[in-house]
Amino acid sequence: MKTVASFKIQYTQFLDQEGKEVQPLPAEITDTQLAEYYRDMVFCRVFDKKAVALQRTGRISTYAPLIGQEAVDVGIAHAMKRDDVFLPYYRNTGTQILRGVSLIETLLYFGGDERGTAFKETRQDFPTQINLSTQTPHAVGVAMAMKLQGEPHVAVTTVGDGACSKGDFYEAMNLAGVWGAPVLFVAMNNQWAISVPYESQTAAKTLAQKAIAAGIGSEQVDGNDVVAVYDGVGRALALIREGKGPYLIELKTYRLGDHTTADNASRYRSDKEVSEAWKRDPIARLRTYLSARSLWTKDQEEKLLTEMNQRIEAAVEQYLAIEAPRAAGMVEHLFAELPPDLEAQRKILDGM
Amino acid sequence: MSVTLVQAVTMALARAMEQDDRVLLLGQDIGVNGGVFRATDGLFKKFGDRRVLDTPISESAIIGSSIGMAAQGLRPVAEIQFMGFLYAGLDQLLSHAGRLRSRTRGRLSCPMVIRTPFGGGIRAPEHHADSLESILAHSPGIRVVIPSSPSRAYGLLLSAIQDPDPVVFMEPIRLYRGSKEPVNDDGGGLPLDTCFVLREGRDVTLVTWGNCVIEVSEAADQLEEEGISAEIIDVASISRLDMDTIFGSVERTGRCVIVHEAALTAGFGAEIAARLADEGLLSLRAPVKRVGGFDTAYPLYRLENHYLPTTHRILEACRAVLDFE
Repeated sequence: MKTVASFKIQYTQFLDQEGKEVQPLPAEITDTQLAEYYRDMVFCRVFDKKAVALQRTGRISTYAPLIGQEAVDVGIAHAMKRDDVFLPYYRNTGTQILRGVSLIETLLYFGGDERGTAFKETRQDFPTQINLSTQTPHAVGVAMAMKLQGEPHVAVTTVGDGACSKGDFYEAMNLAGVWGAPVLFVAMNNQWAISVPYESQTAAKTLAQKAIAAGIGSEQVDGNDVVAVYDGVGRALALIREGKGPYLIELKTYRLGDHTTADNASRYRSDKEVSEAWKRDPIARLRTYLSARSLWTKDQEEKLLTEMNQRIEAAVEQYLAIEAPRAAGMVEHLFAELPPDLEAQRKILDGM
Repeated sequence: MSVTLVQAVTMALARAMEQDDRVLLLGQDIGVNGGVFRATDGLFKKFGDRRVLDTPISESAIIGSSIGMAAQGLRPVAEIQFMGFLYAGLDQLLSHAGRLRSRTRGRLSCPMVIRTPFGGGIRAPEHHADSLESILAHSPGIRVVIPSSPSRAYGLLLSAIQDPDPVVFMEPIRLYRGSKEPVNDDGGGLPLDTCFVLREGRDVTLVTWGNCVIEVSEAADQLEEEGISAEIIDVASISRLDMDTIFGSVERTGRCVIVHEAALTAGFGAEIAARLADEGLLSLRAPVKRVGGFDTAYPLYRLENHYLPTTHRILEACRAVLDFE
């Protein structure tokens, strides 16, 4: 026998869980940028807590908390360019907001109001995807359209570890490989798909290796190290822009919260596991690093929290004041032009 | 030029691609091979590999990637090789293509066409003969269009490609090469929201679409020999259903038989019958009869002629409504 092909999966980390450099940080990342990533991660967490609180008090409905995944949300948002197209799964609220989806749109969406999907800023981004991995073929199509039209942009799509078991994920990577589509697949490996742990989801040692069968490049990155996420996603995007895509990047992280506000994670995982995971908290890690380098102080932290809370409270206030959606809204955007049958139904709804 | 239905499809595709460089084709074996039914014959050579894209065998990704392309401003026309293979892509079609406009409040849309041959009668293997129009008609946000002649295939396909929303274009497999007729390649489209009256008549209205036009026409010929005048309505646009033409006809004939090859129960004929009961009851002089496939899996080909609505079964239904007192 001889080896006809061999593969390896590489892993990148810059800051370990103690906030210490395991290798020198990429030269192009400035201290100002690091502080910005930190602020954005804190913003994600404050917003996330607020969203959960709003659900608990009945002012929004089911929400998927992102706590623990702030580094992936922030790293992706900063690595992407404005004209790239984002096709997210449901736990990337942070990235969406950082790309320009407003807080009010976000709250409207989770508050069951379709007006929250209109996205005034990120016009080309796809809506939050609730059913799993179906957005990955969309991303291949978006990418292929951009390639055929000669635009230098990349489609970035995210999935969770559970969604990597679905056919669409494999079909999309395979098709992207054949077409050479400029698309980045991002697998958020947060270890849990509702109650199913990673080991019960797949026998594959990494999610990154799932790209090998599709003939596309891949790697694994510490998803709780925002520097590694920004660097990894940034390198992958650069590669794709050079025409060397598509690519799969696995961001290894941990879902510190429940799957959604309708879930109770204590039914299927131990407190011990969760408290171990808290030691890898992406926010504490960067704060430790920044504090050690005197780039962040307690005063700045307090000021930041106050500022974030004010911004979010103001948005919540505005959201709560928005009038209820009109019933007819449910049919008005089904077709470019409503056919007579639907127009008749629209009129019935309008009377409600 | 006299062409078959499948040649009319090719003509319409070529015309659409010449008129609009956003139009591109994708699907299995559609490139060099020109498609298993040759519907894209010559188009790869003419338009090249940036306009005619062969895909891996991935129905879900074919439809899913079409959605992405359409949202970015292209006009993809995807081929699903046989409608029986569409099940693997239904999630993309029903959950996404039909909903993207609604799910973004009109911000993104899906101007795309899924072309797929449907129906039986050509001795194909298992899973090659399904007719899914009623599943699609039940799903929001997509149009379903079925031509039954070369000229209607040409005109309806051109309009489907120009439509701003997703259209499933079901191509009747038995009619692909059944007959030829002159088709003027003038780029003219046909409306996607109207029935076509194929034959005018006074005594009974026969409502059908796609492949069954063959047997329905035979039944009408037979009735004519007996002095009974049957009107044939080709529904063509399953959703948007044009009930006005059907109401108008039934107002005159008072009798209606609906014929389709999909399984009878919850078939699209049930919707038409229900609407007749709802808004056309006083025109009816007899109960509405439906003739469809049996409520079973489409059989292997030795039995397919028993599964499909035969001229005999259509005539029996016609006699039941004509003899009703």
